[in-house]
Amino acid sequence: MKQLTSILEGFGSTLQLFLRALSYAGTLPRQRARFIEQCYLIGYTTLPIVAILSFFIGAVLALQAGYSMQNFGAMQFIGSLVGLSMARELGPVMVAILLAGRVGSAITAELASMKVNQEVDALETMNIPPARMLVLPRLAAALVMVPVLAIIADLVGWFGGAIVAKYTSFISIEPEAYFSVLRRYMKFQDVMNGLIKAEIFGLGVVLVCCNIGLNTRGGPREIGASVTRAVVVSLILILVLDYFVTKVLI
Amino acid sequence: MPCSSHTRNPFTAAETPAVGVNVEHLTKSFGSHLVLQDVSFAVEPGEIFVLMGPSGSGKSVLLRHVVGLEAPSSGRVLVNGKDALAAQTREHERIGMVFQSGALFNSLTVYDNLALYPREHHTATEPGIREKVMHALQILSLEDTAQKFPSELSGGMKKRVAIARALVMEPQLLLYDEPTSELDPVMSATISEIIASLKDEYHVTTIVVSHDRELALNIADRVGILMDSRIIFLGTPAELREPKDPQVAGFLYPKIDLKHPRFKKLET
Repeated sequence: MKQLTSILEGFGSTLQLFLRALSYAGTLPRQRARFIEQCYLIGYTTLPIVAILSFFIGAVLALQAGYSMQNFGAMQFIGSLVGLSMARELGPVMVAILLAGRVGSAITAELASMKVNQEVDALETMNIPPARMLVLPRLAAALVMVPVLAIIADLVGWFGGAIVAKYTSFISIEPEAYFSVLRRYMKFQDVMNGLIKAEIFGLGVVLVCCNIGLNTRGGPREIGASVTRAVVVSLILILVLDYFVTKVLI
Repeated sequence: MPCSSHTRNPFTAAETPAVGVNVEHLTKSFGSHLVLQDVSFAVEPGEIFVLMGPSGSGKSVLLRHVVGLEAPSSGRVLVNGKDALAAQTREHERIGMVFQSGALFNSLTVYDNLALYPREHHTATEPGIREKVMHALQILSLEDTAQKFPSELSGGMKKRVAIARALVMEPQLLLYDEPTSELDPVMSATISEIIASLKDEYHVTTIVVSHDRELALNIADRVGILMDSRIIFLGTPAELREPKDPQVAGFLYPKIDLKHPRFKKLET
């Protein structure tokens, strides 16, 4: 019962934080510098790891698909399988998981440290709402950068699959054939659905991590505990949201 | 550390009159732990009020109520007649707070720490902000620290930067939480002098929470002592020099008795 109350409280305070940050949306043009800094942190610095992981996810997907399909003579469909899997599911989920582990943990650590050092209290005494200065630029940056990361993850994943499909002896499908099948069976809506999912996951992760950071009390040990909690809650949220959003979009 | 006379004062003290504070029957408890019980007192505009009391007696909690960071369990705190908890109060009354730790923004330089308030509230253009910031740094002899980060400063410097940051807000009410804690006696005296001179120059209402007897006796207009969740003394420094209440005398002028140490009594 206590845990349920705690979950509902967390959900309520996260929603409140979102609405408060949203109410300051008009101040975003004045916070250009903070927005660009957050775009750099969320987008540019996450890009290499997204590229590496999506390449290998695409590659291993092609490998597994090739291995499983060789008995059915369905190898020519590897392109569409990798394409759809990356665009609809693995691209957005992987980007969100990386965002939680790499950016979300850093957000929680920074805000929790500010809270513990009374910097957040100092902001409030200056009548500078933390939701405006600390949350809004991060949310806006996630809104812009997460779909970009998801598109890059899709493209790199497709290429990873194409390379494996060509150079694996028991598959040996030329890239032209691979991409031709990929194009034939994929619709623009598949990519869009993936981007919508990525957007929802990205905003959820940033909000959860901001809220947990801003509600930290205590000292260094509590900061560590908050970071762990933020990552765990984010991962659970991504997978739970994934089911419900997929159900709506299908 | 008085303001240098040759520099034009960019602060507009005349436009921001000092405000009074009324603490009315304030009670605060965290769970079952009662911190403040029916605390009432008033601070007049332009006054220096020093709130003393043993560690853990709820002084800082009371200060957080004045700035609207805590909600009372019952009772209320009024700043210039307005509820301290209301968001509008912070919009209308400029309340500066110097936190015990300084609470400087570690990711910003000293200059940007000071410039944050006027930039966020558009109280001046960038050259005007520069003038205000450099003037505040000059008042506190911190000109050389403008481009430094808080991590590069000593404890005393951090406190002075925190005061300078509050000063840039052109506050009508300035709150200090343990401004002389963890400082050597000379730096403590310096901070006390700064608090008194800022009050004289800018006619700002000042509430100081402190253990520092010398600070209270030398710069306060009035002193309150908070003990066992209640105000047990409210009076002038002159009255405090010869306290009639044995509890107040025991707190202010404790004797070090090596033959009968207090902590042994506490154990039994």
